[in-house]
Amino acid sequence: MSPPSRPVASAIALRHDAFGRLVLTTAEGLEHVGVVPVRCFPFSDPSGAISFCDEAGHEVCSLGSLDSLAAGTRAFLEADLARRELVPVIRRITRVSSGPEPTLWQVETDRGETSFQLPNEDHVRRLGADGALITDSHGLHFRIPHVRALDARSRKFLERYL
Amino acid sequence: MIATFDAPSRVPESLRGPLEAALEPGERLLAVLRLDLDEALSFSEGLVALTQRRLLALRKAPEPRLESWPLESVASVSARDRAGLGSLEAFSETGRLACFRYTVARAGEAKALAEAFAAVRAGEAAAAGNRSQHEAPEAAEAEAPARLGVLLRLLRFARPHLKVLALGVALTLGTTAAGLVPPYVTWPLVDEILAPYQNQVQQAREATGVGEAQRHERLEQVREKGAAPFSRVPWYLSAMLGAALLAWALGWAQGWVLARLSERVSADLRNTTYAHLHKLSLEFFSAKRTGDLVSRISSDTDRICYFLSDTLMDFVTDLVMIAGVAAMLFYMDPVLALVTLCSFPLVAFLTFRTRRRLSRGFLRGSRAWAEMTSVLADTIPGIRVVKAFAQERREVQRFRAANARIVEVNDRVNRLWTFFWPMVALVNQFGLIIAWAFGAWRVFDQQITVGVLTAFLAYIGRFYARLESMTRMANSTQRAAASAQRIFEVLDRVPSVPEPARPVQPGRLRGQIELSGVSFRFGNRLVVDEVSLKVEPGEMIGLVGATGAGKSTLLNLVCRFYDPTEGEIRVDGTDIRSFPLGAYRRNIGMVLQEPFLFYGTISENIAYGRPDATREEIMAAARAARAHEFILQLPDGYDSVVGERGQTLSGGERQRVSIARALLIDPRILILDEATSSVDTQTEREIQEALDNLIRGRTTVAIAHRLSTLRNADRLVVLDRGRIAEMGSHQQLMEAEGIYAGLYRAQLREEEGDCGKKPATLVLRKEVA
Ligand SMILES: Nc1ncnc2c1ncn2[C@@H]1O[C@H](COP(=O)(O)OP(=O)(O)O)[C@@H](O)[C@H]1O
Ligand SMILES: [Mg+2]
Repeated sequence: MSPPSRPVASAIALRHDAFGRLVLTTAEGLEHVGVVPVRCFPFSDPSGAISFCDEAGHEVCSLGSLDSLAAGTRAFLEADLARRELVPVIRRITRVSSGPEPTLWQVETDRGETSFQLPNEDHVRRLGADGALITDSHGLHFRIPHVRALDARSRKFLERYL
Repeated sequence: MIATFDAPSRVPESLRGPLEAALEPGERLLAVLRLDLDEALSFSEGLVALTQRRLLALRKAPEPRLESWPLESVASVSARDRAGLGSLEAFSETGRLACFRYTVARAGEAKALAEAFAAVRAGEAAAAGNRSQHEAPEAAEAEAPARLGVLLRLLRFARPHLKVLALGVALTLGTTAAGLVPPYVTWPLVDEILAPYQNQVQQAREATGVGEAQRHERLEQVREKGAAPFSRVPWYLSAMLGAALLAWALGWAQGWVLARLSERVSADLRNTTYAHLHKLSLEFFSAKRTGDLVSRISSDTDRICYFLSDTLMDFVTDLVMIAGVAAMLFYMDPVLALVTLCSFPLVAFLTFRTRRRLSRGFLRGSRAWAEMTSVLADTIPGIRVVKAFAQERREVQRFRAANARIVEVNDRVNRLWTFFWPMVALVNQFGLIIAWAFGAWRVFDQQITVGVLTAFLAYIGRFYARLESMTRMANSTQRAAASAQRIFEVLDRVPSVPEPARPVQPGRLRGQIELSGVSFRFGNRLVVDEVSLKVEPGEMIGLVGATGAGKSTLLNLVCRFYDPTEGEIRVDGTDIRSFPLGAYRRNIGMVLQEPFLFYGTISENIAYGRPDATREEIMAAARAARAHEFILQLPDGYDSVVGERGQTLSGGERQRVSIARALLIDPRILILDEATSSVDTQTEREIQEALDNLIRGRTTVAIAHRLSTLRNADRLVVLDRGRIAEMGSHQQLMEAEGIYAGLYRAQLREEEGDCGKKPATLVLRKEVA
């Protein structure tokens, strides 16, 4: 198999320009303005492959893993990614409405308390050995890294979905 | 050789005499076709025979008659069949001599006869082969009512749990034995304590010639004397209480043990049935409705589970109890026992009569249920079509009809059933009255004591209660038997694509494919007809032909989804039937017109054929399949959930995911069945690029509707009604001015027409008008 590979960047440089766009400078010195970093496996391997796409969605450069970056670049990239992603981590489930679907969930997350609607049980899926990913009716994801680490009451709410 | 030996033995009994009379001395039978239709296509026996001298035809209807044609006058014989009806025609140089009709069951014989004729013509009579008839082992479904014997076959699934089963049976016996104690205790209670005491009291009361005071004194004496025997009453009562407690404890343990057991047995049953389904070929699935299979695995096994946990144990308990009670009855008074149990045969007879009719009813009920699930399984995936054509009402109507059928079938069963068991109760009540009457007479006759009668009646009450509950069980037992039969129908299916007895490991194949004389029938339709083709490793073959020409079927044969009716397929020189299926198919990558994605993430779907693939490999495959970039645009990248209930992908996107899936297993043989037919030209170009990556270095057989897609093919094969009509490069085929050239020109015109923006509606209107 000989897939046409994109330039692999470990010696890339990143910065923001005056418009707040991300500018990527490849090892060869080529500059790409307004690239979007995308985690290829946002849940199963978040620190793994990263792809930089231009505005049209074409890949300009890819990264095997965050670890291959210099510490400073990595921190910069992670900060940039963090501003693009919203995946609250659920700490506690305070209430789940009983009755027919959709159900209303009240949760405490690492970003504060919130509530969301869960259309049906298909929107809760397992993530790895002990994690869970909940997608609300708008497509927003909530992550639970370790179900077993939740308190008993929260686990009880989750039980019928997992 | 075989034909000359075998042909006479196939002549039907009734025609053997006339045929032998018709044969001249020294004339040998070479081939025989047993006709089963006459010229007017009515069923009727007849015979066409080929000897080294003549073609003979024997008819029984409308009147017996014999015709014959010397072989010199016959120029050719041809056998053809269509839609179940075959005709064998004999021609002279100037016209048709005769035409014989037969059903497709005889197609093999007809073909053999035509070949034998050709062989005689070619002067090699011996070569006339006796073609073996293809029999689909997956066919044939029993229609008999469910027999209770089927339930015994469930024992196979209980075998791993024998110890638990033994424990369950022991507990059942214990429970039953404990249940027998209380009535038994009534016997000494009445005969040794209550009855004597009652007598003494009676005597004291009715003693004549004594005063009131004296009578009172005597009664006091009786009471004092009676205190001693009465002190035993608490003992008897505690025996009763103890037995009741024991029965309760044992019954609880028994219920728990057996419920656990039945849960496991029915889970095994489900697993085994599902695993067996996966061994069956596509042929089986195309003939079965999804809903029917789903209901067999889900509701039928559940019904069996209920039967095992509930009914079966009650049944065994009842059986043991009835036997125990009967033994007790005979022990206490054989004559009385004999008379009172006379209603038993009547009940048994009633049960037996009803059982058969119930059984048929339940089987019909199961089928009606499957019919209903089939409607669901049909319309829910097809909901878009239903809505697009605004056929909701009709579908609801269809469901309602299926449901009405369930009600109707069940009503019939219920009518029978509700009549049946009160009837049994009535018969039992008669039995009880007889017991009273006869018992009273026995007491009067001084044969038994009142104590015996009391105990006896307590037992007989129990006996009838058990008998009644047992007959009531006939219901769920028959239901379970019907379900078991439906499950074993699946389990008994022999895979028509069997695993080889002595497998040859294919390892990594080179990818040379050779088809020799491959024919294939769907039922009675010949879909692939004597195809011979050799494909070199790394070669790309384009398969072209009208729809229905048998292209997909031919590829399915190469994948061994079916086995050919005749001929063989060799890969790297070995018959593919001697490879283990899984190992062989690991060498094949398939991309189909309708790519199916499972519910799961994109990366799981790409890695379907190789779950151990690394993320890098998955991404590399996706890149090569031109899928990487659109995957990155999805909200969750490679972790996006697709398939039914998941993220919706467009046709072209699904197609590219399926190409990545095929790429990842790095197959030696690549099968592309109209992989780009359902997408627009732009997407097709992208997919084509992806495919070019995929094809490189692999043996490829590709079907494409757009002939331009096959520009990379080394050779084009044109299939026409199951036969190879033309073969060669694009250039050669164009020069030959045959089917391919016609197809190509037509497509070229079409495309030019498209470019000229011919309004499609115009064409439509023309068709409508
Ligand atoms: N499972 C099936 N049972 C019966 N007939 C079938 C089955 N599959 C295909 N056929 C018939 O076989 C013929 C060849 O089908 P196919 O190989 O799919 O044609 P195509 O050349 O269009 O791919 C068609 O006439 C089709 O009706
Ligand atoms: Mg086809």
